[in-house]
Amino acid sequence: MQISRSEVRSDFVLRVEEISGEKILGCYQCGKCSAGCPMIQVMDCPPHQVLRLTQLGSRDEVLASGTIWLCASCQTCASRCPRGVDLSRIMEALRAVRLRAGQPALDLGSVPKEVLGDVPQQALVASLRKYTS
Amino acid sequence: MKYAYFPGCTLHTQADNFRLSCDASCRELGLELAELQSWECCGAVFPLSTDNRLPLASPFRTLARAHATGQPLLTLCSACYNVLKRTNYTVSGNAEVREKLEAFVELPYAGQGRVVHLLEAIRDDLGWGALRARVKRPLSGLPVAAYYGCLLLRPQEELQFDDPENPRVLEELVSALGAKPVLYPHRAECCGAYLGVRDSESTLGAVRTILQAAGARGARVLVTSCPLCFYNLDSAQARISQEDLAFKPLPVLYFTQLLALALGAPASQLVLSRHQVDPWPALQELGLGEVVA
Amino acid sequence: MTRRIGVFVCWCGFNISATVDVQRVSRSLLDYPGVAWTADYKYCCSDPGQRMLKEAIVSEGLDGVVVAACSPSMHEVTFRGAAEAAGLNPYQVEIANIREQCSWVHADREAATAKAIELVKTMVEKVRGDESLQPISVPVTKRCLVIGGGISGMQAALEVAQAGYQVILVEREPTIGGRMAQLGETFPTLDCASCILTPKTAEVGRHARIRLMAFSEIQKVSGYVGNFEVEIKKKPTYVDWDKCTGCMECVTRCPKKLPAEFERGTGQRKSIYVTFPQAVPYRPRIDRESCIYFASGRCRICVRYCQVEAIDFEQQETVVTEKVGAIIVATGYDLMPKDRFGEYGYGKIPDVIDGLEFERLNSSSGPTSGELRRPSDGKIPEEVVFIQCVGSRDQEKGMPYCSKICCMYTAKHARLFKHKVPQGQAYIFYMDVRAAGKGYEEFIQKGVDEEKLLYLRGRVARVFQDGDKVMVWGEDTLSGKKIEIAADLVVLATAMVPREDARALAQLLKIGTDAYGFFNEAHPKLRPVETLTSGIFLTGAAQAPKDIPDSVSQAGSAASKVLGLFAGDALTHAPTVVEVDAELCSGCGICVDTCPYGARELDQYERVARVREVLCQGCGACAAACPNGATRHRNLDAGQVLAMIDAVLD
Repeated sequence: MQISRSEVRSDFVLRVEEISGEKILGCYQCGKCSAGCPMIQVMDCPPHQVLRLTQLGSRDEVLASGTIWLCASCQTCASRCPRGVDLSRIMEALRAVRLRAGQPALDLGSVPKEVLGDVPQQALVASLRKYTS
Repeated sequence: MKYAYFPGCTLHTQADNFRLSCDASCRELGLELAELQSWECCGAVFPLSTDNRLPLASPFRTLARAHATGQPLLTLCSACYNVLKRTNYTVSGNAEVREKLEAFVELPYAGQGRVVHLLEAIRDDLGWGALRARVKRPLSGLPVAAYYGCLLLRPQEELQFDDPENPRVLEELVSALGAKPVLYPHRAECCGAYLGVRDSESTLGAVRTILQAAGARGARVLVTSCPLCFYNLDSAQARISQEDLAFKPLPVLYFTQLLALALGAPASQLVLSRHQVDPWPALQELGLGEVVA
Repeated sequence: MTRRIGVFVCWCGFNISATVDVQRVSRSLLDYPGVAWTADYKYCCSDPGQRMLKEAIVSEGLDGVVVAACSPSMHEVTFRGAAEAAGLNPYQVEIANIREQCSWVHADREAATAKAIELVKTMVEKVRGDESLQPISVPVTKRCLVIGGGISGMQAALEVAQAGYQVILVEREPTIGGRMAQLGETFPTLDCASCILTPKTAEVGRHARIRLMAFSEIQKVSGYVGNFEVEIKKKPTYVDWDKCTGCMECVTRCPKKLPAEFERGTGQRKSIYVTFPQAVPYRPRIDRESCIYFASGRCRICVRYCQVEAIDFEQQETVVTEKVGAIIVATGYDLMPKDRFGEYGYGKIPDVIDGLEFERLNSSSGPTSGELRRPSDGKIPEEVVFIQCVGSRDQEKGMPYCSKICCMYTAKHARLFKHKVPQGQAYIFYMDVRAAGKGYEEFIQKGVDEEKLLYLRGRVARVFQDGDKVMVWGEDTLSGKKIEIAADLVVLATAMVPREDARALAQLLKIGTDAYGFFNEAHPKLRPVETLTSGIFLTGAAQAPKDIPDSVSQAGSAASKVLGLFAGDALTHAPTVVEVDAELCSGCGICVDTCPYGARELDQYERVARVREVLCQGCGACAAACPNGATRHRNLDAGQVLAMIDAVLD
């Protein structure tokens, strides 16, 4: 991939920094976030890699990753990051970029009825907030 | 002690066992929970974006109303606690956000109120000694694994609840009730939260790891303080058992159910019928069955 | 006379006792002729071990001691000291090395024990012939030579001079300041290099006890600690610096321009030139190679404009001889030439520069007056790629070692670039970021946070010209992506290497170098500034890659070694040297040719060979070469050696 200022400091990267309030280049890729992530086994790209690709300005690859939707905002990574980078905020910002472009990640109609009837309200509220708004 | 009580959405529906056992316990402990006259959903998740403060309006309104009662705001659900306390933290430390919210909600509030979880009320306001003195039926010999999850613990600088890498409050509670706390490494690992709504497979691995870690160290029941954790941990066990014949189900309880049991509350207040993994055999085996019956 | 020799066998914990039956060694020596006492002990070098030795000397009336233990280079001085404290002449104490030369190199306990017994017997024979000797006293010349006038050499010179001793500072270049004079700013504080350097150069230039010999080189070194004799060659500058006033009219008028070495080709100088504006000494020199007059016999413009008639085309090289007591070597480093790397363009792509070129381009006293413009077309670069580890950690094309300072100066360069070109982007290809130093890691992270430096973890495979861009092909191993950058400027952090002629200087000084040509310290941990040649010390990057703070602190350490040497009025020299029986000497002079230390000379009047005792290292070469046995090695004479051999053969 060819990179230049227009990727590394692209509108996409600046937008993610603005929404998250985090410094994208602050991460030095130690991998501690991925090492402790409770959901990593179901992710297609480890969290630190998502951040690395964001650093390189790989907008399409990052936004296509399933990882951003499998982050549960549990803040485990953020509580341990030696560089004070709150990766859960960056994940939220990446989701926001997709959601604000009108690309929700959940169609309530496709959720099985028994699940809808079974899960606690807070799960429904939370998933609508995280996946659709 | 009197508190302005915020039950949140789930406690009046799926988690009535959590609410009723809490009510019974607080009566025994002399903690007076006065439910807020008017309250609305906290939003279930704390918004992590810095450019959209609108989701803070609802928890802000709750905080302002609670503050007007003159009592600390008490919650039971970990998610409500997380959202309300973080909103309070944001409001108290960020004048710009506070001014925006005050103008939008049309209530003055600067984040000066106190937000407590029931566990904090017991630990900090009542004290373990007072709790121990009120235990009528010690849960002697019951090995209990405490599960904290995420929302009570992180981020620590905002919640100031307990040490996120080595929390103690639930174990101290379990000990005060006469039961035996079981320590295991996955006490504060996330269970997958709401991810199951989108893909019910996604949380199975995390849930299974937590349950197996607790079971392998001798736990007979697992307690939690979050309806979502409760749901994930309790409802997944049937599926895990189907896939893995060696898996031993582990009953999941709200900590308030154990509390009510030890304080001598009537069995009806425990609402054990809500549980997919029946806690009854474990309690019976340890001689607590009669009490429940 | 019957000797009363004591034998002490050390276990050295398990080091010796695991392989050698130390008690049997001790027992078997008890019957040996001349041995009056034997003992074994777990650690003879310990306080109780030494006490045992002292008590036995007194109570048993011992007149000689053999300690069977580790190498004499470890504890000979310990045991001789203990014996002396008990009233025995220290030269009656010998070490039988049964560790390095026995237990450590053998596995068979039986054979090792037998060998240990033989080794001890030979040393008993040696002690039998030992005389009681007194050390030789040697005077000290309290003047220090410092070779190299960079930051480390200057610091060392100043510290010795400030303590009250004379210093001769020899600098090969026409001016002092060294590499640091080429730098713009320094990490991790970004203060300007010349602001902290020029007070030092000025102080060296005016210090009453420092004799600065610029444009001079060491030609020959003889003598020994406290008493070196050094020949210093003063190269001709073709300007009489005593007459010259430093007006620099000659420089202004000189018509010949050529690339300046100091600017690493990024700028130009004249044939008559001064290296940089704050140079000390501030005197010009004529470069004979490029001077029109030297080539054609015409021009002489400099002569015409010199008001004080200081130009002297006839000036010759001169050699001065100086006596010094100690030498500090501070000759610094070079950067590996970038033309070694074909994949980075063999040094032919104008906008691929090395770190020192970047320093000059960025320096306010550099050719662009500190405006960052790239060499090819003077354009201000906006996309700049920095490549670390060029030739470092590269066992194939470069050096296997880490050059230690490149991570820091690359971060510094990238940050300075961003200060000058805020809209630009800096990319840094790295292997590891090694920022071990006070404030160093913080400096790097500040660059990432504030100047948005993008660190890419991997080596660059190829760099090539592509239109007016320099194309860079690298890998980011963190993402697994191949990275391509169309750069305006590429900066190579080339490896720090020893000076080309470091080995030649090492030969003159009789000190060692490592496999690369960095000077060797006497011990990597415990004697880091000393060499194995007594009286010669090391400082700065001549010893190993080093940054300014380390070079300065090592300079202080080297200076304190010199001051320690100068603290006494005399040094002692071991008396175990050779002597000559004048009756037997025929004056053939074979010994003079044999001696590697210049310690033997022929008395032309008496026709006998003499010994300069303080130079003699006791190697014994002359004693072996002497055809009629006139040269005798004290405490290792032919009789002793034969007896030692007999002891083994019996």
